[in-house]
Amino acid sequence: MNASQNLSLLKGLSATLKRELTLLWRRKSDSLNPLLFLVVVCSLFPLGVSPEPKVLAMLAPGIIWVVALLACLLSTESMFRSDFDDGALELFLLNPQSLYFHSLVKVLAHWLLTGVPLALLSPIIALLLNLPVAGIPVLIMSLLIGTASLVFIGAIGSALTVGLRRGGVLLSLIVLPLYVPVLIFGADAVKRAAEGAAVPGQLAILLAFFMLSFALAPLAVAGALRISVDS
Amino acid sequence: MQFESFTELWHMAGHGPFVWASYAITLSVIVFLIWLPVQQRKAFITEQKRLQRIAAHEDKSSNNKES
Amino acid sequence: MWTWFHKLGSPKWFYDISGKLLNFMAPVAALLLIVGAIWGLLYAPADFRQGNSYRIIYIHVPVSVLSLSGYYIMAIAGAIHLIWKMKLAEIAMRSAARMGAGLTFLALVTGSIWGKPTWGTWWVWDARITSELVLLFLYLGIIALYEAYDNKVSASRACAVLALVGTVNIPIIYKSVDWWYSLHQPATIKLTQKSSIDPSMFYPLLIMIVGFYFFYGVALMLNMRTEVLINERKTRWVQDIVERA
Repeated sequence: MNASQNLSLLKGLSATLKRELTLLWRRKSDSLNPLLFLVVVCSLFPLGVSPEPKVLAMLAPGIIWVVALLACLLSTESMFRSDFDDGALELFLLNPQSLYFHSLVKVLAHWLLTGVPLALLSPIIALLLNLPVAGIPVLIMSLLIGTASLVFIGAIGSALTVGLRRGGVLLSLIVLPLYVPVLIFGADAVKRAAEGAAVPGQLAILLAFFMLSFALAPLAVAGALRISVDS
Repeated sequence: MQFESFTELWHMAGHGPFVWASYAITLSVIVFLIWLPVQQRKAFITEQKRLQRIAAHEDKSSNNKES
Repeated sequence: MWTWFHKLGSPKWFYDISGKLLNFMAPVAALLLIVGAIWGLLYAPADFRQGNSYRIIYIHVPVSVLSLSGYYIMAIAGAIHLIWKMKLAEIAMRSAARMGAGLTFLALVTGSIWGKPTWGTWWVWDARITSELVLLFLYLGIIALYEAYDNKVSASRACAVLALVGTVNIPIIYKSVDWWYSLHQPATIKLTQKSSIDPSMFYPLLIMIVGFYFFYGVALMLNMRTEVLINERKTRWVQDIVERA
């Protein structure tokens, strides 16, 4: 009995994962636009601040992290949109499979197609902004772990605002204050690494944030989705 | 008493404007937070009284028609 | 044992009992705040490093403390609303959000004014002030979310979820900002040093903190009473109150 339940849970989850990845893959622009956003916005900073390599190198960790954070935020806005519009969300609420695991898998799929590419693209931005090469591995690592927390937190905001007609600005107002801890440790890790220091502590804390949001955020997302569908 | 005279209290050795401005702003926010619900309550009661009057009036006119 | 809890669900019971409580709490709040302010402004000695500007402590600290505990009051009310669907808890949550935003704003303004004579600038990215700023954003987010929903039943439930998410986050935000500030901290005076505060300075502060808590209770109840009247406007007892007024 128990074993068969576990099996059906796993089957359901892998089916969900497959579905989400297929959907995201079909709408490639949703995953590509945040990447484009990252490149375009980061290239505005030399124009707005100064092309001086030293200045850029000093600002690079902060700029890349803030812009990656905004790119993540923009991408989360549409996370539940199409499911809400075509009614799939209501079916998920009726599903015997728990909404907690469904949200978890959905967010992970979203992270795979936005957070991971962002992290992989970041070395190019690092070169554009003259970030010392010593900082690049930590930049990738920190973005990889950090964007996962960001996507999980953003999913809460996205689930809360999915029923609203104009949720975009509201979403950023709700979610950005919650991003503060991730930004602090992420940007600091890159900055220290660029100066040549080892940063196991910062990365460990980012990992802790990720685990916390991994465990708790789906709860809030599930609750928020129920509210949004009811309204 | 820390201050010899009123002007001394007002100036607070140069810090007066900052201290008094903080206290004034705090006082105004406190008053505002108390005033707001009281004001809303008053508006609500005036509105409900008006509705009650209209209801009473309608009752009377319908009674007149019937008689 | 649980009768009081069920009674809390009754708006009329709350309206009656809060009326009695207010008669007692409002004078106490006023008395404490006046005594505390006069003591702090006139009788407490000047600080040997900051001079008289430190007298802002008597409003800045109570207001900052309240703005944070107000968030927890709001979140607990939100949780009660989510779990037991208690109407009164929802009203408490919304009133607390409004109060909290006001108090956080006050904490920021007084902190900024205090910063001018102490550091020479209106704004310093001090740990305490920065966390206070994030707290203000959290409050404003909740208020904005409530306003964005047309369906107010869903709105209050959504706000309760967001408030609970905020409760988990606030300790993390405060710790992170503290840690971040300790990295960048320039060698300046901290606004409030916990280490050793003289009793002659501390007693008025204590009075002000207690006084502000009473004020919070008074203003929160005033807010809730008005909301209860508006919500229950169709009932007999509210119409009786309107008639008598």
